[in-house]
Amino acid sequence: MSAIQEVVTEAPAVEAVPKRAMTLGNGTSLAMLALLIIVPLFVKNFIIFQLTMLLIYALAVLALNILTGGSGQFSLGQSAFYAVGAYTSAILMEHGNINYALTLPVAGIICFGFGFLFGQPALRLSGVYLALATFALATAMPQLLKLGVFEHWTGGVQGLVVTKPDAPFGLPMSQDMWLYYFTLAVTIAIYIFSVNLLQSRSGRAFMAIRDNEIAASAMGIDVALYKTLAFGVSAGITGVAGGLGAIAVQFVAPDGYTITLAISLFLGMVVGGVGWLPGSIVGSAFIIFVPNIAEGISKGLSGAVFGVLLFLVIFLVPHGARQVAIVAQQLIGKLKKN
Amino acid sequence: MLSRQQLRIAVFSTAVIAFAATAGSALAQKKYDTGATDTEIKIGNIMPYSGPASAYGVIGKTEEAYFKKINAEGGINGRKINFVTYDDGYSPPKAVEQARKLVESDEALLVFNSLGTANNTAIQKYMNSKKVPQLFVATGATKWNDPKDFPWTMGWQPSYQSEARIYAKYLMKEKPTARIAIFYQNDDFGKDYLKGLKDGLGAKASMIAAEESYETSEPTIDNHIVKLKATGADVFISITTPKFAAQAIKKLAEIEWKPLHIVSNVSASVGSVIKPAGFENSQGILSAAYAKDGADSQWDTDPGMIKFYAFLEKYFPEGNKLDLSVVYGYGAAQTLVKVLEMCGDDLTRANVMKQAASLKDFAPDTMLPGVKINTSATDFAPIEQLQMMRFKGEKWELFGDIISGELSH
Repeated sequence: MSAIQEVVTEAPAVEAVPKRAMTLGNGTSLAMLALLIIVPLFVKNFIIFQLTMLLIYALAVLALNILTGGSGQFSLGQSAFYAVGAYTSAILMEHGNINYALTLPVAGIICFGFGFLFGQPALRLSGVYLALATFALATAMPQLLKLGVFEHWTGGVQGLVVTKPDAPFGLPMSQDMWLYYFTLAVTIAIYIFSVNLLQSRSGRAFMAIRDNEIAASAMGIDVALYKTLAFGVSAGITGVAGGLGAIAVQFVAPDGYTITLAISLFLGMVVGGVGWLPGSIVGSAFIIFVPNIAEGISKGLSGAVFGVLLFLVIFLVPHGARQVAIVAQQLIGKLKKN
Repeated sequence: MLSRQQLRIAVFSTAVIAFAATAGSALAQKKYDTGATDTEIKIGNIMPYSGPASAYGVIGKTEEAYFKKINAEGGINGRKINFVTYDDGYSPPKAVEQARKLVESDEALLVFNSLGTANNTAIQKYMNSKKVPQLFVATGATKWNDPKDFPWTMGWQPSYQSEARIYAKYLMKEKPTARIAIFYQNDDFGKDYLKGLKDGLGAKASMIAAEESYETSEPTIDNHIVKLKATGADVFISITTPKFAAQAIKKLAEIEWKPLHIVSNVSASVGSVIKPAGFENSQGILSAAYAKDGADSQWDTDPGMIKFYAFLEKYFPEGNKLDLSVVYGYGAAQTLVKVLEMCGDDLTRANVMKQAASLKDFAPDTMLPGVKINTSATDFAPIEQLQMMRFKGEKWELFGDIISGELSH
């Protein structure tokens, strides 16, 4: 290994985050959960739909957070995994007449395999080079979905329309509300799984690799296995998010999964705080609502306004929502002492 | 003879009866759905103001300016138009979010001229289940004319397939021995067109010597053109968007291939295709049109276009008259205004669809002479006529009759 290469790999790709700092305290978690359960009862269907999308993107951001914040690998290709998940669900529902809830694990497993396989060649790359390789995956995906060979299944450029599920057991709630609670349940399950994963032996292995790859391998960690595993888990969760997204939006088309989506997810992760799992929902809120706010300020310059807002966030709170949370925690601590 | 008092009573009672009659009928007629009131009609719209298709955002801006003009002139039957337009960045999931915002949060009466085939497909099921009109969608896909399955969705411009059929008809008549090379964009637009051509040629589809497709991400299409030339075809059909249409015209001249060249209507713009490709390279190219081209001097004295230019000057000075999107937005907005006028005081969503489906020989200012909008309960394709044209000198020369590309024929 040349000296230059060592210098490059030595530079910490991601600031080390201790694992306890990756989650919220029990009280805060429960308050957040209560809020997520109660709010939909009092708002319009449209807001419920937006909240559903909020959870779905939060899942996708969370997946990226495990990969980048956990194992220190970059990815600009999350939109590709999201697309595979979305198409898997859509195709199974529309061509296979399979229940929507059952399509999600399938989407997750297929994406896990896909991500695991993609992780193999990605092993040789790190930092910006890995980001570029995944970028290629994101640009290729919309075109692959248009290929004539798959057209019978994917609907080609026209995409596929998906039927929205009704609430089961005759529950007196709208389709939107049911889908929201369904998504919430899936999100909570995956969140708990992710927190446990990062606190487990595998999670510690991820973080050891993130902090120093050479030291990690010296400690006996199978670097190649855990790096690809991180890719697989991240892709799997993104796939489930994609499947939920297809059901909520009721439509899949190649144009919905372009590189813009991958960059949005990356942006959501940075704004939420790299390596801080609860930040995913803040990051998701940023990528859903801030463009709308920017558009409200100026239609012609919405992109520029968005840029300014993003710049302000990065400049004022470079560690994203995590930083805000830490400051808030210290303030509360002081108040308690007084 | 009636006494003075009797006469007075008679006059008075007649007046009362007359008043009651008119007032009664007026009250009975005034019907509103969400989004319409005595003073306002709320119209929703979704456009790609940002993202890969942002050039089309001009359509939304033109429409906004046109409704400003209508409001300045007193509105529609006294009601002002409140035009709420959102950006979807050409992303279908975002289009769904914006459509739901328009319907559930802003409570618009209808969604008008939302742009993009995939984006409209994404919201079609939702709009139809909510029974909110998805009126005059800005896409040339053929599937919008489906009143049986989607009674709340209606197209506006001629479908790509009907335009392609017109070329097929022309070729079978004028050049029955032609060997056709088709060059198309690999997306819904290109494929819809290709299907139209093949359907139009029918049993004579063997006339097609070669098909070649390109991706919009390709920087140049030169190698495709060279490959098509090698097939020895003598007709070149270019189903391309403006940038690639111009590249193709240039390349054909460069390699001295002189087939009969047909360019799809989306790329028939003098300003954005022919001029950059060079007038000398474009002589004799064929295309078809339904709207007048603002770059064409032959319309300078046309009363419709004079109105259009006056509108641009007063309400939309930043609008470029050479941009076909501006002409498009003006025509579409004018059609909507016509429908809302026909609705009178019955501004329910059902009546909007009913009136939109009863347009008879309506001709917006920017349509070619003879092209008329006709719809019915079973025909949700407003514009179905086009006219062939040949490029000569520095402008298009229309020739032949106005042809209908109706799919049923």
